[in-house]
Amino acid sequence: MITRTPKLNRRSFVIGSAAAGAGLALGLKIPFGASVVRAQDGSPEVNAWVVIRPDDTVVIRIARSEMGQGTLTGLAQMVAEELECDWSKVKTEYPTPGQSVKRKRAWGDFSTGGSRGIRDSHQYVREGGATARIMLIQAAANAWNVPASECSASNSVITHKPSGRKTTYGKVAEAAAKLTQPEKPTLKDPTEWKLIGKSVKRLDTIDKLTGKQVYGFDLKLPGMLNASIKDCPVFGGKVKSYEAAKVTGMPGVRHVVKVGDSAVAVVADTWWQAKTALDALPIVWDEGENAKVSSASIAAMLKEGLDADQAFVANQNGDVKAAIAGAAKKIEAVYAYPFQNHAPMEPMNATAKYTPDRCEVWVPTQNGEAAFAATLAASGLPADKCEVYKINLGGGFGRRGAFHDYVTQAVLIAKQMPGTPVKLLWTREEDMQHGRYHPVMQCKLVGAFDAGNNLTGLHMRLSGQSILTAVRPEALQQGKDPLVFQGLNPGGDFAFGYSVPNLLIDHAMRNTHVPPGFWRGVNINQNAIFLECFMDEMAHAAGQDPLEFRRKLMSKHPKHLAVLNAVADRAGWGKPAPRGVYRGLAHMHSFASYVAACAEISVKDGDKVKIHRIVAATDCGYAVNPAQIERQIAGSFVYGLSGLFMEECTVKDGYIEQTNFNTYDSMRIAQMPKVESIIMASGGFWGGVGEPTICVAAPAVLNAFFAATGKRIRTFPLKNHGITLV
Amino acid sequence: MARLTINGKTLEVNVNPSTPLLWAIREQVGLTGTKYGCGIAQCGACTVHLDGAAVRSCVLPVAAAEGKKITTIEGLANGGALNKVQKAWLDHEVPQCGYCQSGMIMAVAALLKEKPKPTDAEIDARITNICRCGTFQQVREAIHAAAKA
Ligand code: FES
Ligand code: FES
Repeated sequence: MITRTPKLNRRSFVIGSAAAGAGLALGLKIPFGASVVRAQDGSPEVNAWVVIRPDDTVVIRIARSEMGQGTLTGLAQMVAEELECDWSKVKTEYPTPGQSVKRKRAWGDFSTGGSRGIRDSHQYVREGGATARIMLIQAAANAWNVPASECSASNSVITHKPSGRKTTYGKVAEAAAKLTQPEKPTLKDPTEWKLIGKSVKRLDTIDKLTGKQVYGFDLKLPGMLNASIKDCPVFGGKVKSYEAAKVTGMPGVRHVVKVGDSAVAVVADTWWQAKTALDALPIVWDEGENAKVSSASIAAMLKEGLDADQAFVANQNGDVKAAIAGAAKKIEAVYAYPFQNHAPMEPMNATAKYTPDRCEVWVPTQNGEAAFAATLAASGLPADKCEVYKINLGGGFGRRGAFHDYVTQAVLIAKQMPGTPVKLLWTREEDMQHGRYHPVMQCKLVGAFDAGNNLTGLHMRLSGQSILTAVRPEALQQGKDPLVFQGLNPGGDFAFGYSVPNLLIDHAMRNTHVPPGFWRGVNINQNAIFLECFMDEMAHAAGQDPLEFRRKLMSKHPKHLAVLNAVADRAGWGKPAPRGVYRGLAHMHSFASYVAACAEISVKDGDKVKIHRIVAATDCGYAVNPAQIERQIAGSFVYGLSGLFMEECTVKDGYIEQTNFNTYDSMRIAQMPKVESIIMASGGFWGGVGEPTICVAAPAVLNAFFAATGKRIRTFPLKNHGITLV
Repeated sequence: MARLTINGKTLEVNVNPSTPLLWAIREQVGLTGTKYGCGIAQCGACTVHLDGAAVRSCVLPVAAAEGKKITTIEGLANGGALNKVQKAWLDHEVPQCGYCQSGMIMAVAALLKEKPKPTDAEIDARITNICRCGTFQQVREAIHAAAKA
C-alpha cells in the first residue's frame, strides 16, 4: 500500500494550490487601509512579518518551523537586516496555519524541509523587513512633517538628518501600521549587510537548558487525556478484532477505541496507564498480502531492475553503450542502500480537541499547513472551523514534514470523545515500525576506459523506490521521479560535477509496500555513496590518484572543484598522513550548495574504524550565520555516519524488525570525529545548510576505509560486515 | 502511593510502585523537562540524579527512588542561577532541537561532580546519551569549558 498525504479538497484549496508549488509570491499583499491589524497583546502589526510593541520590542513572525537547525534565528536575521531594528530586542512568534488561510497565505510556505527554510524565502522575508522599515520611517516623517527621504533608521531609532530629531520604532509603530504598504522595496546590496553573515547567538537556547521549553510531548491542557496507539505492524494491514473488556478495568483507562481501520488506541488519565493497558490488550490483525514481503524479496525485485530494459533517464550524453562495448578496460560494481528510520528524539505526537463546531490540534510539525490539511481531512470540518498550533519539535529530519499520520490519528481519537483534549504519544517502538523510511536503492555502475586509462563512459543505473510516487504523485514527470537523481542532474540545485564523454544515468523504479519518506539529505545520501565511491574505484582501476582523477573531469565545474580542492588542501592530501591514518574524499552539489569532505581514519583489526577528523567545506552562496552552519555540518555528519555504520530497517513478514535504539543504534560522543568546517560562501546564490553536507561524510569515510584496508564495502550499514565505529 | 523527594520538595504521588520514575515525574509531579526517548535505558533522555548519581529514570521503578534525593533538570539551577554546565551550554550554544539536552546536561553534571576535570576518554566512557541532531562536538567543548569554570 502506498501512503499519501491527505487529499486536499475544495475546502482547503488555498493550501492545496500552494502545496502543489503554485508559488510563494502571495506574501505581502495584505490590504491594510486605516484599520490596524493587531497582535494578541494589542500591539500594532506593521505588516505580516513585523509587530512592534510600545517598548520597542520587535516581534518577527516566522512561518517555517524551528526543529533544531537554527532556521528561526536565521530567518529573524534576514528580516531584521532590512528592518534596521535593535537585534537585542527581537523576539519571534509562529503565525498559525488557520491565520495563514484567512490572510491568503501572507507568510508564504510553512514547509520546513529540503533545506529550504532560508533559501526559498530569503527574498520575501527580507522584503517584509524592508517594507516595515519604510513604513516606520514614513510614519516618523509624517509626524515631523518632513520628507521621508531626509530620515534614516538604524537600531530601531529613526533620525531626521537635517534637524537631528530622533524617535523610536515603538513610538511610531501605531501610525506606521495605518500606512499603505509600499510596492516591491529595494533590498540592500550584500556588501551592506550588518546582520546577515554574522554568527549571532540563537534566539532559542536558554529554555532548552532548564527544562522549560515545551515540546509537543510536554503539552498540558485542562481536562486532557492521554492516548497510546498500536497500528497494524504490517503496512496496509487492518485490525481484525480486539478484546477491550480485558483492559477497561485497568487503572486510569477511559476508552479503548479503533482508529481508522488499522489501529487501536487506549485513552487513559496518564500516558503510562494508557501504554500499560495497550500492552495488555489482545489485538488480532488482518495483515493482508504484504505479510509475504521480506527484505530478501525486496532486494530481488530491485536487483532485477539493475538490468531492466525500461528506465527513466535523467542525465545523458554521447553513447554510453558504444563506449562500454568499445572500452579497452571496464569496471563494474553494484551497491545497495537500506531502509532507514528518522527516529527523532521526540517520538511522534499530537494533541487534538474536537467538537462538531471546531477542531484544534497542537503538534510539533515541520509543516503547519500540511498538519492543517490533515486536520481538515480527519475532522471533516471546513478550514474556518479548524486550527493548528505549532509546538516546538524534538527533531524532524523529514519525518514531520509531508507526513501527519499522527495528526490524523489524534483527531480520529478525539472525535470519539468530543470536547475532551487528547494527547497521542507514540512509543519508540511505534515510531520505528511506522516510519516513512529512507528509500531502498541499488545501483549498478559501469565505467569504461580507453587504452590510456582515460574515462570514456559511465553508466549509472539506479533501481529502487520513488518517494514522490508515494507522497506527491503530481510532482512526477511522465512517471519519472526527478528527486531520485539528486546530485546526478545535468544542472540545477543537484548538479553532477563531472564531464564524462559518454554518460547515462537512469532509474528503474521499483516500489515496495514500505512507505518511503524524506530522510535528512533524501536521495543524495545513496547517490553520493554510489558516485563518489565508484569514482574512487575508477581512479584506482586507472592507476591514478583519486583527487587527480576527479580533477581531470571537473574543469567545467569550478564550484564543485573549489570545495574539493579546499578540503584536500586543508587535510593535506598528497602529503603523508600520521602513521596508520588514511584519507578519503567526496564532494557533491547538494540542495544548491557545493559540499566536500576529506575523512581521516584508522582501522584496527580490520574492522574497528576510528574517524579522527573530517575536513568539510561548503559553498552555500550566502552564509547567514556561520556558527550555526558549522553546527549543521557536524550535526549532519552524526546523522549520516549513524546511518552508514549502524542503521537499517529490515523487513520480515511485511513488518519492520527493528523496534528501538537497541536494534537501531545511533552515534555517541565517543564515536564523534573532529569536524573542521570551511565555509566558503562565494555569494550570488542561496544554498541550503541543514542537509547538504550529510551526503559527503559516508563516501569520504568509505574511500578512506578502502585506502586503509584495500576492501570495498558496497552494502550498508557497515555493521552487517562486522565493522564498527569506535 | 509513593513518597518522593524531588528538587528539595517531598511529595506523595499516587502511582503504582512499578511505574517508572520518568512517568511519575512527568505525569504526577508535572515536571516535563525530563524526556522520554526510548523507555529501555538506551538514549539517556530521561536522565535524572538519584542522590547525586545519574540514572535513567525510564527503567527505574518509583519504589526504588523512595527515600532518595531526586534532582531533575528543573532543580539543577540553584535559586535561578544557572549551574556551570548550563552556563557552558549557553556559551557554546550546544542545543539544536534541545530535546536530548536535559538528559545530556544531567549526565554531564553528575560526571563533573565525580570527576571535576574529565579527560576525553572519561567523557567518552561516561556520556553515552543519544543526540539525533548531532551536537557532540559542542557537547565536548562545553564539558571542558564547564570543567574549567
Ligand atoms: S528514555 Fe530512558 S534512556 Fe531513553
Ligand atoms: S539537540 Fe536534538 S536530539 Fe540532541
